[in-house]
Amino acid sequence: MLKYIAKRIGLAVVTIWAVATITFFLMNMVPGGPFLSEKAISPQATAALEAKYGLDKPLLQQYFTYLTDALHGDFGDSLKQRGRTVTSIILMKFPVSARVGGVSVLTALLIGIPLGCIAALKRGKFLDSLISVVATCGIAVPGFVICTVLLYFLGVNLKLLPTMGLNSPKHYVMPVMALSFYPTAYIMRLMRSSMLDVLGQDYMRTAKAKGVSGFMSLFKHALRNAVLPVITYVGPMLAYTVTGSFVVEKIFTIPGLGGEFITAISGRDYTLIMGTTIFLATLIVLMNVAVDIVYKIVDPRIQLK
Amino acid sequence: MKKRVLALLLAATMVFGLAACGGSDSGTATDNAGDAATTDDAAATDDGADSEDAGATDDAAQTEGDTTASTGEKILSVQVGPNPETIDPALNSAVDGGNMLLHSFECLLAVDQDGKLIPGQAETWETSEDGLTWTFHLRDGLKWSDGTDLTANDFVYSWKRVCDPMVAAPYAETVLGMVAGYEDAITGDLDALQVVAQDDKTLVVTLNAPCSFFGSLAAFATLSPVQQATIDANGDAWATSAETYISNGPFYVSEWVPSSYIMMSKNPNYWNADAIKLDGIKFNLIEDSNAAYSAYQTGEVLFIKDVPTEEIPTLSGNPDFYVDPIIGTYYLSVNCNKEPFNDPAVRKALSLAIDREYVAGTLMQGTYSAASNFMGPGWIDTDGTQFMDNANGGAPYIDTANYEANLAEAKQILADAGYPDGEGLPSITYSTNDAGYHKVVAEYLQQAWGELGVDLNVDIVEWASFTPMRRNGDYDASRNGWVGDYSDPSNMLDLLYSTNGNNDGKFSNADYDAAMELSRTTLDAAERSEALHKAEDILMEETACIPVAYYNDFWLQSDKITGSWHSPYGYWYFMYADIADGAAEDSAEGATEDVAE
Repeated sequence: MLKYIAKRIGLAVVTIWAVATITFFLMNMVPGGPFLSEKAISPQATAALEAKYGLDKPLLQQYFTYLTDALHGDFGDSLKQRGRTVTSIILMKFPVSARVGGVSVLTALLIGIPLGCIAALKRGKFLDSLISVVATCGIAVPGFVICTVLLYFLGVNLKLLPTMGLNSPKHYVMPVMALSFYPTAYIMRLMRSSMLDVLGQDYMRTAKAKGVSGFMSLFKHALRNAVLPVITYVGPMLAYTVTGSFVVEKIFTIPGLGGEFITAISGRDYTLIMGTTIFLATLIVLMNVAVDIVYKIVDPRIQLK
Repeated sequence: MKKRVLALLLAATMVFGLAACGGSDSGTATDNAGDAATTDDAAATDDGADSEDAGATDDAAQTEGDTTASTGEKILSVQVGPNPETIDPALNSAVDGGNMLLHSFECLLAVDQDGKLIPGQAETWETSEDGLTWTFHLRDGLKWSDGTDLTANDFVYSWKRVCDPMVAAPYAETVLGMVAGYEDAITGDLDALQVVAQDDKTLVVTLNAPCSFFGSLAAFATLSPVQQATIDANGDAWATSAETYISNGPFYVSEWVPSSYIMMSKNPNYWNADAIKLDGIKFNLIEDSNAAYSAYQTGEVLFIKDVPTEEIPTLSGNPDFYVDPIIGTYYLSVNCNKEPFNDPAVRKALSLAIDREYVAGTLMQGTYSAASNFMGPGWIDTDGTQFMDNANGGAPYIDTANYEANLAEAKQILADAGYPDGEGLPSITYSTNDAGYHKVVAEYLQQAWGELGVDLNVDIVEWASFTPMRRNGDYDASRNGWVGDYSDPSNMLDLLYSTNGNNDGKFSNADYDAAMELSRTTLDAAERSEALHKAEDILMEETACIPVAYYNDFWLQSDKITGSWHSPYGYWYFMYADIADGAAEDSAEGATEDVAE
């Protein structure tokens, strides 16, 4: 197991390097630059800025400088948010996104798994149909629509909830609802189909024939097997959710990391693009390793090689 | 064992999820926020169970925007834009940051409600007869927000810092380009800059050439004084956290949560602190206009700059919806180097074929005004009058009310130029980024220029690619715009000077350049005015670019805010504002803005 993890982490480093390299050259191929504005700044000022951040050097040299610095833990200064380092931006904003995202994933699991199970057990009944309709809506309706509807009814019309910031638990309600709607729906559907699959298996019939109570067989045998696809989905989903959502953050004025991914690219803030990309890539790779390990715990038959 | 734990965990998961009841949550600490918010979430989803929670939230949401009643402090909560990229005076080049600097810093001079220069940190100032030497006399007892003394040397340091190539201030040339020694200073020899502190209270600036509007520059945020001690200690990062952000204006930044809010508190060390009525201003850094509008509706903020455009038809006419001009023009650049735009007649025909009243009033929902000139309202002539009133002998260059006649003239001009009904014209590409009304205008142009027989393609380009493309001249026609930095007409007329970095149309005309050069060197106000008007005459006659509409700012402002004003540079002045306690009639005296029709 340890050997396996070591191997996976080795692979992860290669993956992250590849992501970083591709991103670096792709972003430099896109036209535009970080020091542009509607009003042209003087050529001297542009030249001074480029010299200050090393953008006047040949691209390959920039690349190796960046890699060397990054290996030493220095991800550079943001080119747009002058005076802030990329690391400080990520450290400041990630915890905010992670809190909202973490709560959202938890919510999605707590609602999605039970409802998915219920739908499977009540297959064809009214409850199943209801859950399916809700799940379909959850997958089909885009996040920004949900945000706007929530904001309008709960925030503006009924004035039940504050519309911006994250100062109290109340502030979390709408962003969490918006963020967890899609994963909840997705988990419900995953759970329902894999539960149906498991319920039809021979060992379930055997358990029933042997007189295992319905509740026990459900938990001990069915759920454990049925939850595997959900785990596969939750790993990367967690990585994406905790790094924030551009739309949700924008609408609810949450100072999270999600907005930085987008504004970094549209502003050509090269160092911040690299920093956020590497950060997200690392999270996803780690989550995948974690998923494998959880697999092993849930289903000892799985061999990690 | 492990299995059992997991099974239990899953069981708990199910029970918890199913129950979904509104448990009481007293958790306010962030580390506990996960659980607390989950129960909250469940409560809100479940219609039946949330009544208790709802009542409590209601109050919380309501009081926030207003004065915080519990502490008795007067805090004004507003939205004037998203998170500023920087609030370092030397580095800022955006209006968002400018609004912050306006409240936290004060320059040598300031601009009052009527756009007149008034004393700021300098109590008096004078200009030598040859116009080359400007002397500023600072007030007694000036202090930084941390209580230390502020002297003329602080201005010397700050202005030299603006020239420092390592700082790379984007506005360096605009504000200090005419100061003697600037050329050497920007290459690193900072002490060459002829800005001298004669004593602690006297600052003497020597210019290369007379600059009649240098007073406006002395009031420009880039030239705010910054404190050397905090910059030496903290480097570029000094302007990123409240603790190290030392300022000298009516307010100081007491908290900055990026992308969330900037909290400013009254600066007790400000020389005019007695005139400041608010204890603080909370600038909510809301990026999304719908989110801003929601916050305004709930009363969380009393002022929003970003009003959703789709709400404008229902809002216009409301007493809290304001439209006020800013100095600037939405115009089209045409590539003067390219066939057929190298022919001024073609440019003129294209210009005349645009129904500006329709574009500004209908397509842009009245948030812009039809542009008959290049230089719109707000630009100040050398004698202090409106530049626009004196242009073209007092008549508009383009009669925007008479579109039919203009169109007929356009067709005639085009025919005379050898393109009857557009025959022989190549198809044109119009490039723009997609924001605001740009796309609507592009679609309109397809139709309007179609009337001339012009085949127009629209190319929507991503913002960061659009700017360099336009600057490099890789386009036929494109959207463009300019908002003035200060009210001297040269600020915008310079755009069409042949070598100007913003001359995107690559317009080049010897007479125009000569007129602009004369305006820079002459000491005679009348002659200067004449030169500037001549430049605009040439610009309009040659159709160096196609002005379409004048910019306005539009915003929502509660009648509780009194004593604030909006400047034609796009800034809002809240420093002398107050919050009325529900008394609507008070606002009439304090607010100066014109209410939209």
